[in-house]
Amino acid sequence: MSIDLKTVKHISKLARISIDDEKANKLKGDLNNIFEFIEKLNELNTDNVQALTSIAETTLRFRKDEIKSENIREKILKNSPEENKDFFVVPKVVE
Amino acid sequence: MSDITSQSLFELTSNIKEKKLSSEEITKAFIDRAEKSKKLNVYVTDNFEKAIDQSKKFDSNPNFDLKLPGIPIAVKDLFCTNGVRTTAGSKILNNFVPTYESTVTQNLWSQGAILLGKLNCDEFAMGSSNETSFFGNVQNPVGENLVPGGSSGGSSAAVAANLTPVTIGTDTGGSIRQPASFTGTVGLKPTYGSCSRYGIVAFASSLDQAGPMTKNVRDCSMFLEVISSFDQKDSTSIDYKRNCYSKELSKDIKGKKIGIPKEYRVDNMPDEIEQLWKNGISYAKDCGAEIIDISLPHTNYALPTYYIVAPAEASSNLARYDGVKYGFRSPGQNLIEMYEKTRSEGFGDEVKRRIMIGTYVLSSGYYDAYYLKAQKVRQLIKKDFDDAFSKVDAILTPSTPSSAFKIGEKTNDPVSMYLNDIFTVPINLAGLPGISIPAGKDKNNYPLGLQVIGKPFDEQNILNISYALEDKINFKNDISDWWLSE
Repeated sequence: MSIDLKTVKHISKLARISIDDEKANKLKGDLNNIFEFIEKLNELNTDNVQALTSIAETTLRFRKDEIKSENIREKILKNSPEENKDFFVVPKVVE
Repeated sequence: MSDITSQSLFELTSNIKEKKLSSEEITKAFIDRAEKSKKLNVYVTDNFEKAIDQSKKFDSNPNFDLKLPGIPIAVKDLFCTNGVRTTAGSKILNNFVPTYESTVTQNLWSQGAILLGKLNCDEFAMGSSNETSFFGNVQNPVGENLVPGGSSGGSSAAVAANLTPVTIGTDTGGSIRQPASFTGTVGLKPTYGSCSRYGIVAFASSLDQAGPMTKNVRDCSMFLEVISSFDQKDSTSIDYKRNCYSKELSKDIKGKKIGIPKEYRVDNMPDEIEQLWKNGISYAKDCGAEIIDISLPHTNYALPTYYIVAPAEASSNLARYDGVKYGFRSPGQNLIEMYEKTRSEGFGDEVKRRIMIGTYVLSSGYYDAYYLKAQKVRQLIKKDFDDAFSKVDAILTPSTPSSAFKIGEKTNDPVSMYLNDIFTVPINLAGLPGISIPAGKDKNNYPLGLQVIGKPFDEQNILNISYALEDKINFKNDISDWWLSE
């Protein structure tokens, strides 16, 4: 199969990365080369194979539900791109 | 005593403990050399001033019981360091100063180490040549205009150029072992779950592991001992008894069964690498190991599997970079436009390419054909290794299909760049430990590495085999210091 320009634009929309036509064309070429390489997997019959979802053969641990009270508001907001001591600031979303 | 910066970790810790050197002397020696080595571009952010203060503090009240007493160490810029900028080689994290510390770096400081600075790497660890970094490419000390490998390229170059005694890298598909091979240094990727991933900028969570990069195998065993630990903060960290690797290090590998997988003899592999492998096999025999031919039949499918699984996980992990809570932001008329512009301007081409691949393979209608298929093939690859390890104790292969290449040589062809990791990627997919040790040189005098792969949690065994081989190989990295300026 091959990936057309429309698909590239659709993926970029899903990935929330804006691209212009020139970049989209370049990406189309790259992605087609990469998928040609990836499609080698179709040679294999995997009908009766179970998907490997976790390499570490352990079940997830439970921990005690404890309150670790530490005021980290400042720490969390410290790297915020637009300064405001109480909130993260974004462009207006409600008209 | 040899020049301070050329000493191994073992020598430096001995000299500190015997009071032949102070932490301040050592720290200053590495900083002086770094000031003259800017041409290599290994540092993204230095921590020199604070490092000197900390070394003085150590000397005024030294604790020689620690495993890294007053030893200055630079780390890959993928580890979050509290109060020190952490960029992951990306514009999108250009101004990010973590307010917390990664577990593996915390382990270093708890054992007395001092942070020298943060080392250059491919953007979000996506690359095999350090050329995708927002902060520019790194020069391989082995030769001018040669890539140091990637993604831990600043790390491999810094160890080879004597700019840090040891360092930690991360390895998702070969990012420790391939650069180690390109620079004549030692790099180990531990078993998945051995080193905590907490505080490491995530690339592909089911594959990422931190690991030591060092001048020799003994240092590697000492350093692994410090960074490997069980951590509640990483849900995939595994609670098992970790060896005292350096204490149990031994060259006695008599009777060990070492497998040689025929599928690693790939088309167009240079004769030098074939020869290097043969030499490794005969050294192992000399040490009393038993050589056994094995088959890993799905080897050829590892790279295509990796290029579905890793980008899929990456596209999900990198969704957090949206310009809202931290990092770079490009303003937009509305929220969606801000997201799209931030990510378009903040990520480099290779990262965008991989996010696009990942988004596509996870998108509606393609999930089964790509992602699920890849997870099934990953199972087959893991089974290959399970079967092999019922017959052998370890596997010996070349680390890379070529030596270091020129800067710019492969940047226009993503697939040819991906092929660099053909011998290293299967190990990540199967979650196994693997180590690359320098084993010889090609016709240009560029280093080449051999890889020893072990069973899960059997780092001791691959360290011991490497230790025995290292002794026989007797590799000398002749680096001319061509980059030094006054």
